[in-house]
Amino acid sequence: MKTLINIKDLHASINGKEILKGLNLEVKPGEIHAVMGPNGAGKSTLASVLAGREEYEITEGTVDFDGKDLLELSTEDRAREGLFLAFQYPVEIPGVSNVNFLRTALNEIREYNGQEQISAKDFMALVREKSTLVELDSKLASRSVNEGFSGGEKKRNEIFQMAMLQPKLAILDETDSGLDIDALRIVANGVNKLKTPENGAIVITHYQRLLDYIVPDFVHVLYDGKIVKSGSKELALELEEKGYDWIKEELEKAH
Amino acid sequence: MSQTLMNTKLDQFRSKLTPSKVKIDQTLLDQADAYLNGREFPTRRDEFWKYTRLTKISNLEVNVNASIIQSVPEEAIINPNAQKIVFENGVYRKDLSDDIHQVSGIEFKEKGNSNFKFQEDVFYALNYKYSTDAITIDIESKTILKDPIHLIMISTGQGSVSMPRIAINAAKFSESEFIVSTHDVNSQNCLSNVVIEADVHENAKLTINKIQNEKSSNFSVFNERVDQALNSCFTINTLTLNGSWIRNNVRINVKGQNAETHLMGAYVTNENQHLDNHTLIDHLAPNCQSNELYKGVLDGKSTGVFNGKVFVRKDAQKINAFQSNGNVLLSDDATINSKPELEIYADDVKCSHGSTTGQLDEDAVYYLRTRGLSEKSARHLLVAAFIGDVLEKIEDEHVVKYAENALSKRYGWSF
Ligand SMILES: Nc1ncnc2c1ncn2[C@@H]1O[C@H](COP(=O)(O)OP(=O)(O)O)[C@@H](O)[C@H]1O
Ligand SMILES: [Mg+2]
Repeated sequence: MKTLINIKDLHASINGKEILKGLNLEVKPGEIHAVMGPNGAGKSTLASVLAGREEYEITEGTVDFDGKDLLELSTEDRAREGLFLAFQYPVEIPGVSNVNFLRTALNEIREYNGQEQISAKDFMALVREKSTLVELDSKLASRSVNEGFSGGEKKRNEIFQMAMLQPKLAILDETDSGLDIDALRIVANGVNKLKTPENGAIVITHYQRLLDYIVPDFVHVLYDGKIVKSGSKELALELEEKGYDWIKEELEKAH
Repeated sequence: MSQTLMNTKLDQFRSKLTPSKVKIDQTLLDQADAYLNGREFPTRRDEFWKYTRLTKISNLEVNVNASIIQSVPEEAIINPNAQKIVFENGVYRKDLSDDIHQVSGIEFKEKGNSNFKFQEDVFYALNYKYSTDAITIDIESKTILKDPIHLIMISTGQGSVSMPRIAINAAKFSESEFIVSTHDVNSQNCLSNVVIEADVHENAKLTINKIQNEKSSNFSVFNERVDQALNSCFTINTLTLNGSWIRNNVRINVKGQNAETHLMGAYVTNENQHLDNHTLIDHLAPNCQSNELYKGVLDGKSTGVFNGKVFVRKDAQKINAFQSNGNVLLSDDATINSKPELEIYADDVKCSHGSTTGQLDEDAVYYLRTRGLSEKSARHLLVAAFIGDVLEKIEDEHVVKYAENALSKRYGWSF
């Protein structure tokens, strides 16, 4: 069966400091993978490296994304190939309206894939449909990107953008943190509704809580730059109960 | 003329000019003469001209060019509803202008204006002495003009010198908008030295939208002097979309209480362009409000200057003065000298000023790229948003559209 993304022995550093230290992860179409791990483990680094942030240096390893060498692609081409990152800390962009930039984004993605530009009418219909899906106030959809948004609104806006762009692979970086239970449900609901047999998701989270709403096919523990443990969704519960020290102790015993 | 000594660069420059034939107050003319005789062009040692050299102007080859254009170029049309007053090389072209006498509530006078107070300044003095034309537009009291009056200034030919003088009289309770725009047709090394003097009387509202869009290697000095009376509201928006060498001097004397003053500027420069914006708001009366926002984007080897002075005189209590200048440098070779200056002699005032210069927010560029935008589109969008902050505050939609289109055409930005 084909893979959506296949990360092999990935090493990445920033400012000369190695953060990812030989990471392996494979996601197949239709799968949701949860990546959990303590603060500073390298979860956001993994997300940034996959999205193409230029500050990181890849020293070893390969990433195959639906048959393409992901690491060779520019940030925008990764997006155009169907990769989406919902940021842990979305930036505010004063003066750039959400819908305005999304129309440009969508059209540049379409152009890259040899498709026609979206008509103004179809685009607005899409905005309405997707903002309803994530229960994002249509006023927020047309306001400046994240400017003056609450923490929860920013996260919902990330999911809205994901819904608009319909990626093959979505990476959600702690989209749940800072959300109250209602917002969490809305975000999870959005992700679940967007799930198809063809696409997949990597859900990075700190807490087991989100996984009550987004049920993962696999759970991985990222610790000190590597996936050190993988399992089914029960692993998340175990982690919740025993904490990350348990992983640490297990690792130490193994050495 | 007999007094011309020919020993300073300014004298030499003056010897190339034709003394004005338009009617002007003799006292003013004498004052201009006395000011200019034996004087030198200001140099960079002069605080007021610290970042702008006048050497190229003093060396200009001056020509007197006959009328060339047969019609108003399409690019000079900004608001289709406006009453057009066209100048070619600083000379009023009645044949190309709308018949403004037809408009009720406006009194239009050709060939001369007066009632000016002398300004101690080389370019004002040159304009008084060598004015190529002078007009007066009175907006009669209680007149509310539906459509703007558009002063179209076109430079044509080689080395033309334009020195038009415009007097605007906004009478009590009147409301009016002026568009002033500069354009060029087959021209090179021309100089425009424009004086606009406006009196905004009690309860009057006057807006000037100034659009600078000359493409060729011309020089342009704009001098606006505005007096504001009780309860008046004055707005001047300066949009510099193109032009190789520009100096703007805006001077506003707020003489009446409860007056409101708005100054906005947006400028986008590239290549070797030089733009110098000097503004001065002089608060002479209490209970007034002034608001100034200038934003610029500089690319290539272009150089920019922003000097914004705000005076609050001793008796001008309860003044609210806000000033801000923001700049984005898109290239390492572009420079901006930004200097806000507040001089406050009253004690009960609220004033703030700020100046920022920086690059585009790289995190925002990255964020947009992760959504599929090319790096170029991402940067364009951010730059357009930065300038759009000023544009969106301009009431005349036609002016905004014109500026957006000009910038889209020149830089490929989308708003
Ligand atoms: N710019 C940077 N320079 C040096 N170290 C960094 C930088 N950014 C992140 N790090 C380090 O990388 C490690 C992993 O960070 P991160 O990927 O954000 O962890 P997580 O998302 O799992 O909490 C941390 O130890 C952090 O301090
Ligand atoms: Mg993180």
